[in-house]
Amino acid sequence: MLLVALAAVAVVCGVQAIRTHRLIMASVWLAAVSACAAGMLYAVGAREVAVIELSVGVGLVTVLLVFAITMAGESATPARSVVPASLAWVLVIASLAMLGGALLPLPGPTAGVTVPLAQALWQDRGLDVLAQAVLIFAGVLGVLGLLSGEARR
Amino acid sequence: MTASPATVLMAAGLGLLGVGLYGLLISRNLIRIVVVLQVLVKAAVLALVAAGSASGRIGLSQSLGVTVIVADTVVAVIALALAVQVQRRFGTLDVRALSSLKG
Repeated sequence: MLLVALAAVAVVCGVQAIRTHRLIMASVWLAAVSACAAGMLYAVGAREVAVIELSVGVGLVTVLLVFAITMAGESATPARSVVPASLAWVLVIASLAMLGGALLPLPGPTAGVTVPLAQALWQDRGLDVLAQAVLIFAGVLGVLGLLSGEARR
Repeated sequence: MTASPATVLMAAGLGLLGVGLYGLLISRNLIRIVVVLQVLVKAAVLALVAAGSASGRIGLSQSLGVTVIVADTVVAVIALALAVQVQRRFGTLDVRALSSLKG
């Protein structure tokens, strides 16, 4: 019941993040989506990724968004969308119907090979973790380059 | 008949996927596009964990979820930095107004 309620709230918050005109409010609604997603992950037993989602999704990304909005300003963008809204609805509903028909319902929890997260992350996927570290380093360097270029000018 | 937790999680992921796809199709503001991408990534993480929960390999799905969250955060950081630079250089965040390539 809690899981269903969290799922419904997450989708409603996602819709509000798209619909609201103010970017600051969109980032707040996005934080609410992250919080609901973290709650759902915790409820199904994925506790570690729930904590990471909560700290990164609600904390770091929201701070980054507010910082970027403060720097760039709430510039007025025309409300007219890239594609007609009716066409967008048709495309979304068609893709969701196909995906939902193919994926749902999922079976209940099965007794598979339960590998602890630490083993899966540090031993089975050690190379991926190394790639993540390189990715983070590249991201930091990229942002430093982008922001310092303006300061030098 | 009650749905399994994995089914509810996957349904939530599909719902967020629909919201994200719709937002991606109608948004013209660069920062709003980053917000929409974040919604899409939440859907991906929920779907990954739902699949792991259904197959009994929750540890593996969590490690994949962590990878997705890290990669998405780096993408968001770089995209937001680019949006700030675009706003400074062109004075707008509208993607239609940025199509200045000629030829």
